[in-house]
Amino acid sequence: MDGMASERLKEIVNWPGQGVHRVPYRVYTDPDVYAEEQRRLFRGPVWNFIGMALEVPETGCFVTRYVGDTPVVMVRDEDGAINVMANRCAHRGNLVCTQSCGRAEHFTCVYHNWIYDLKGALTSVAFRRGVGGKGGMPDDFDMADHRMPALRAETFCGMVFATFDAAAPSLTDYLGDEMRDNIERVVGRRMTLLGTYSQYMPNSWKLYMENVRDSYHASLLHMFQASFGINRLTMDGGIRLSDDGWHHVSYSKEATDKDGEATYSGKKLRAMDHGFALADPSLIDRWPEFGCGTTLAIQSVFPNFIVQQIYNSIALRLCVPRGPEECELMWWVLGAEDDTPEQHEIRIRQSNMIGPGGLISMEDGVVGGWVQRATRRDGDATTILEMGGRDVAPSQGSRATETSIRGFWTGWRATMGV
Amino acid sequence: MIRDYAHCIDDDRLEDWPGFFVEKGIYRIVTRETFERGMPVGVMTCTSRGMMQDRVLSLRQANIYEPHVYRHLISAISVQPDDSGAWTGRTSFAVIRTMQEGAMSIFAAGRYLDRIVLEDGAPRFAERVAVLDSRRIDTLIVIPL
Ligand code: FES
Ligand SMILES: [Fe+2]
Repeated sequence: MDGMASERLKEIVNWPGQGVHRVPYRVYTDPDVYAEEQRRLFRGPVWNFIGMALEVPETGCFVTRYVGDTPVVMVRDEDGAINVMANRCAHRGNLVCTQSCGRAEHFTCVYHNWIYDLKGALTSVAFRRGVGGKGGMPDDFDMADHRMPALRAETFCGMVFATFDAAAPSLTDYLGDEMRDNIERVVGRRMTLLGTYSQYMPNSWKLYMENVRDSYHASLLHMFQASFGINRLTMDGGIRLSDDGWHHVSYSKEATDKDGEATYSGKKLRAMDHGFALADPSLIDRWPEFGCGTTLAIQSVFPNFIVQQIYNSIALRLCVPRGPEECELMWWVLGAEDDTPEQHEIRIRQSNMIGPGGLISMEDGVVGGWVQRATRRDGDATTILEMGGRDVAPSQGSRATETSIRGFWTGWRATMGV
Repeated sequence: MIRDYAHCIDDDRLEDWPGFFVEKGIYRIVTRETFERGMPVGVMTCTSRGMMQDRVLSLRQANIYEPHVYRHLISAISVQPDDSGAWTGRTSFAVIRTMQEGAMSIFAAGRYLDRIVLEDGAPRFAERVAVLDSRRIDTLIVIPL
């Protein structure tokens, strides 16, 4: 294994003490730390979200994606299995798939026409026997020794994950019971894709992932709901963590009227509140979609994947690192196949809350860049992550805690070995 | 009207922006890949003038972002009458965004697809869809395109 020795990495990171309640700003900027993350973390014992099975519905359908910043291809083969392999030609390293999505019988690298099947095996080498008896590959060249590098791929609730690490636990064990429960609750049915876009941010991917796990900032940074008086009385809420603390779900349940109405109109939701009035309250129409009464659940799966339920707005997000100080947040906005036309319209209107133009969430796109700017020259200085204590433990009843951010750093330190 | 719309946004007269639409007017910003696959969800969807007013009130009063201005460059304007007495329009646009510290970038490029009707003798958008060439938005989008 090439890369940097652990001792050298430890010196560079210079982590203060044993805990996860102080993070040195250097880890958000340092190119060596970034390179080691690609090797130790993204190619380490983690499951990376690749895409949805519904994006490759038939044999030969493929999409190109990233694991960390490594280009990969996700494709459905003749057996109906979904394969994920590095998008790299065995010959001299060209990108094999240059389209973002499509359908193919096999993959042909355009550089010298080496051909791979839908499992990534090398099946043909142009001019292998030379031309007119001259040139060609040596006699002992065996195509079976070469392929597009394969990842292990597993699917859960229509979501495809992959890992470079043969020693990683199964996806089931990696997620754990509580994380699987929430995924199943939100997307464990036939889903449809309603839209895709991405958001490019001038900050480390880790700053965004901290933000997602930060249940403390929600009512302080995001003023849309407070200004328009949309939040209702919160009945219950808290943070659930996986056993190792690496993944989290932050959830809340708002009080709802028990009058058996199928849909809560925005007008009615507004009636009991103060602040500015919405000129068109249909923006916040909603229906009680989940029997458990959960109105908000933000889940992160280590390292960089998010499952979101905000009322009836369901989305997946993947924060792709694009260098030490840049990242791209990819969004999949979802609906359910059995949505009524009315529910479909509600989901579309609620999508105004999320994404790069989200009335609730747009601030999340900008704070990371501000932190990056303010800390770039202060690598030895650290954050303070002590809200709700210094340990990594679930929190019942309160979301004024940074416990799930400490959980992220637990996973980061474990995979990075620092 | 297509020119006035661009000036209205670039001059920060955003309170006037909903007035370019009919009461039940639709304004959407979608990525090209979403649009071409016929999917409905973009990065902004207003289905009434009221919803546009709410957008403007929110960006004035609630949302937090780094101050910036747009400069629209619009060209290749084509407006054709259709059978129903309305017009179908298509216009290319590019938007240069200038941040408060002076950083400038091409923030968005794409096409407006319009449906224009007469209301009280004045043309208004029944629908304006801004189809973005890129799937990628830099940092955030708060001011409508
Ligand atoms: S690099 Fe792919 S065939 Fe040569
Ligand atoms: Fe946030």
